Amino acid sequence: MAEMQAEIVHRHEAPKAFIWKYIFSLDHKVIGIQYYLLALFSVFVGLTLSILMRIHLVWPQASIPLLDKVSPLGAPGGVISPEYYLSLLTLHGTIMVFFVLTTAPQGGFGNYFLPLQIGAEDMAFPRLNMLSFWTTFAGLAVLMATFFIHDGPPIGGWTSYPPLSAVGGAAGPGMAVGETLWVVSIAIFCVASMLGAINFIATTLDLRARGLSLMKLPLTCWAWFLTAILGLLSFAVLLAAGVLLLLDRTGGTSFFIPGGLLVSDKPILHSGGSPLLWQHLFWFFGHPEVYIAILPGMGVTSHVLSTFARKPIFGYRAMVYAMSAIGVLGFCVWGHHMFVSGMSPYSAFAFSVLTMAIAIPSAIKTFNWIGTLLGAKIRFSTPMLFSIGFVSLFVTGGLSGIFLGQPPLDIYFHDTYFVLAHFHMIMGVASIFGIFTATYFWFPKMFGRMMNETLGKIHFWITFVGVYAIFMPMHYLGLEGNPRRYAEFIDNFLLPLMSVHRFISIAAFITGAAQLIFLFNLIWSLFKGKKATENPWEATTLEWTVPSPPPFDNFAGKHPVIYHGAYEFSVPGAEKDYIMQNSPEEVAADH
Amino acid sequence: MALAVALVVVIITLLSGYFFWAHTWWFPIDISKHGGAIDRQFTLTLIITGIIFVLAQLALAYAVWRYRDRGDGRKARYSHGNNKLEATWTIAATVLFIGLTLMGYHIWAGIHFVGAAPGAMRVEVWGQQFAWYFRYPGPDGQFGPVHIGDKYDPATGKYIDDNKVDDATGNYLGLDRDHDAASKDDIVTATLAVPVNQQVELILRSKDVTHSFFVRELRLKQDLVPGMEIPIHFTATKTGRFEIACAELCGLGHYKMRAFFEVMTEPDYQKWLQNMAAAQ
Amino acid sequence: MASTVLTPTKPAKAGKPGGSGRGSGGFGPGGSGGGGGWEGYRVPSRTYRLGMWFGLGGIVMLFAAFTSAMVVRRGMSFDWASIAVPRILWLNTGVLLASSLTLELSRRALARRSATQFNRWLYATLVLGLAFLGGQLVAWRELASRGVYLATNPSSSFFYVLTAAHGLHLAGGIIALGYVVFRAGSMVRGLTRRTPLDVAAIYWHFMDGLWIYIFFLLTRWS
Ligand code: HEM
Ligand SMILES: [Cu+2]
Ligand SMILES: [Cu+2]
Repeated sequence: MAEMQAEIVHRHEAPKAFIWKYIFSLDHKVIGIQYYLLALFSVFVGLTLSILMRIHLVWPQASIPLLDKVSPLGAPGGVISPEYYLSLLTLHGTIMVFFVLTTAPQGGFGNYFLPLQIGAEDMAFPRLNMLSFWTTFAGLAVLMATFFIHDGPPIGGWTSYPPLSAVGGAAGPGMAVGETLWVVSIAIFCVASMLGAINFIATTLDLRARGLSLMKLPLTCWAWFLTAILGLLSFAVLLAAGVLLLLDRTGGTSFFIPGGLLVSDKPILHSGGSPLLWQHLFWFFGHPEVYIAILPGMGVTSHVLSTFARKPIFGYRAMVYAMSAIGVLGFCVWGHHMFVSGMSPYSAFAFSVLTMAIAIPSAIKTFNWIGTLLGAKIRFSTPMLFSIGFVSLFVTGGLSGIFLGQPPLDIYFHDTYFVLAHFHMIMGVASIFGIFTATYFWFPKMFGRMMNETLGKIHFWITFVGVYAIFMPMHYLGLEGNPRRYAEFIDNFLLPLMSVHRFISIAAFITGAAQLIFLFNLIWSLFKGKKATENPWEATTLEWTVPSPPPFDNFAGKHPVIYHGAYEFSVPGAEKDYIMQNSPEEVAADH
Repeated sequence: MALAVALVVVIITLLSGYFFWAHTWWFPIDISKHGGAIDRQFTLTLIITGIIFVLAQLALAYAVWRYRDRGDGRKARYSHGNNKLEATWTIAATVLFIGLTLMGYHIWAGIHFVGAAPGAMRVEVWGQQFAWYFRYPGPDGQFGPVHIGDKYDPATGKYIDDNKVDDATGNYLGLDRDHDAASKDDIVTATLAVPVNQQVELILRSKDVTHSFFVRELRLKQDLVPGMEIPIHFTATKTGRFEIACAELCGLGHYKMRAFFEVMTEPDYQKWLQNMAAAQ
Repeated sequence: MASTVLTPTKPAKAGKPGGSGRGSGGFGPGGSGGGGGWEGYRVPSRTYRLGMWFGLGGIVMLFAAFTSAMVVRRGMSFDWASIAVPRILWLNTGVLLASSLTLELSRRALARRSATQFNRWLYATLVLGLAFLGGQLVAWRELASRGVYLATNPSSSFFYVLTAAHGLHLAGGIIALGYVVFRAGSMVRGLTRRTPLDVAAIYWHFMDGLWIYIFFLLTRWS
């Protein structure tokens, strides 16, 4: 094969022009930060929406300043209408799931740290990387546009079930242009995620430093790798579903719309489609998606727990197998979202057994995390606090899944606040804790300065107690049968629950406000933080062998060689209590 | 710091657990034949997960407190894990989780794998954006055809106007009482009433989008999917008036899509049905 | 498990420091656009091929989803009316198969460093690819003239969706080949790697196979 080699080893420098350096950068580190900023913007939008929702639920008549400027129709005089509540709900869910939990942990931290942790100069395909970021950005822009159209964002929820989502404006406000934009935004997002995933997979498989066998990879890299595979395969299916839904909406086809419908007194001229088909396609994507959100969090939690416990991760291989099992089984359990949907009850039961099977690797991971702490020597820096919080939340959120995975119990709990509690705990807040862990842990490396520990700890305490205060009572509401996606509570059986709702809302306001501390800390530390050394946490992986922040080409033209596993802490006989992965130091007990 | 983390985790755990323990918020009464089994399965699951919850959180709190860095010269224990332990908790988790769901098998099977008994009373439940309608077949035991929206004719590929729905005259389901014999005696109501201790089969149908029929006290929830007729059966064991809530997002008025569900003694039910028939 | 010694995982790179450097390859215009010192960055060809294979995995899932939607939609409906696929599809199929052949011929020619042959077969491939797309358009026109549109029947809906999705992907392949044509000169002279061609070829053959699958689905199944 007449292949040209790169004969000369360049030490290439960063582009000079601002636009190539910071906007259309090909540098994985810049792209990682871009993803992070996109997620940061999104999470604050999503948070604001949830606060508005919580206000509306307990004070439906409250007038919110300026809101009527954003939506004169949805919030006349600043008072949120029930339909605008659903618009907020839809965008809250969509933004959080897609533009926060799928971007920050993977596109943000994964992009920044995968090449650094495996000793590569960059991702395998820098142009593809830039393309996937800007495609994601386009998806977000399209979604945000729904705020500014006449009848506002769609009201179909983040799951967008047809026929509600398929029959157009007759179905309600936001279901005409807004819903079309929603589908387009999601389709764009799917393409972006698939492009990004290819890059992650190729990079992990092919660009590892010498000596870095798969079983020496930091668990973060394993998590990003598996997440990428899940994303590649599942977003393709959502893309297909999105295309079909778009055609149903605009092309007159009937994939999801059955015949003989009368919506708002308007006969719908479609026939023969299947609403359940959408649900199958959606959840075939949707369940892997929750693992896409949580796997990187699991990775970073394992990484940080081990580092701050000064102890090797307990059961490295078990962790890898468990994550892989979760990845595979994640594609086999989508039906647990459809127990009461009218799907065959026989397949429902099969899905139930598979769902319980996927709980096993999740339990294994939890036990391993606790095992890592036994016999440890724990340092309580902020990243460690958040990863301890992650474990606690993961346990709580995981156990409510044991109820929901059983069809007879899900009959009662499906689409109640119990589900809301479950997925917020395990997918929402746990993943957010993963993001916080990663932020506090890697900020010094990314920006060369430490984040303020005091502010970090205050942030942790309010957030940790706060999320329990918000989401734990939702279980109780679920026991009472409180349905979710209700804009107001007028049923007799819901009226006595208002005090619980009030409690939740107040907890949400406090917790939401505490996030400003985080934002402040982020910005303040960027300029005023203590200068970070190369390896402030005394961690072992490769990113800590380069300056903070790392130079443009990461390893300054050098090629690290790996001798040790990722979690060699407190090795007997070693000089320090940690051994860098690239340290040639020979240790008898190495493993 | 260690102590604070441990204490907070313990307090959260105990407080969270307390409200489950004390039944501060709990299921409403159960009025169905199958509900008792569901409640028992719930309790069993709650006990098992509750124990795991408390043990795991307390273990976390303990480890965090016990193994804090005390600033002494001690090194952390150098260990990469323990395969025996891994195997133990893998097997334990497998047995518990899979076992639990298998134990619930008979409940699910009883609700879904067997149909309603031949003599069960049949009622159609119709959902539409934001109201419920219930149709009783009348003395002939037959539901007449409905004429809702336009009909697709596969032969010509054309849509034929077939809509007879007219809210003004109260013909919510588009019945053609003049032409369809089976429709003549159909009774359409806004409240669902059933006699106590009799098996009832509901046939769930929707006029527009997906809704979900949810009666807490019946421990029953089932989606109404347009284009499908989904049967579900139950036997109510206590009389009383309960609420039906919609449990699937169906549009802007989802929260106010509600109706009443009344369980009556047989004579009361017959009287009610007669009144309703007279009002058609 | 106990191995202290380094285990090189990438033999290709072992003797080749700098093997992984920032560079250009099959996914976009190389060198241009980025600016700055990216010329030195290049990952092994193998990585590009690997990336392509995984990309194809994503495409497989996309079409698998369409297929399963079709199976479900067909299985449950009373309104499915099979349509006779336009005859020209057979011709198109032949054209696409031929394009794979010419692409291989051009790759052989490149290996021999025969510039004229290489260019000739490459252009032939491009032309055949465009001819295929043109033929697909003709097929659409024929259906339209029969009054069969996207929304006419579920089977026609799937016909248009599948052919359009495949056509779009193939158009991407044509753009990739166009890039190869643009680079052909320097490839023959050995100044740039032939990675873009290799990667585009994987993609192209895959699109070929995918079409056979879709064609089968449309004739046998719908
Ligand atoms: C302070 C934090 C948060 C609060 C107070 C909050 C609150 C809420 C509320 C009130 C709802 C609507 C409940 C209903 O009416 O059914 C909701 C729905 C939802 N939330 Fe959050 N949330 C928070 C964080 C998150 C996070 C981090 C995620 C990330 C996964 C998330 C994802 C969702 C999703 C997917 C839905 C469902 C939307 C739908 O039904 O379509 N939330 N949240
Ligand atoms: Cu799921
Ligand atoms: Cu509803």
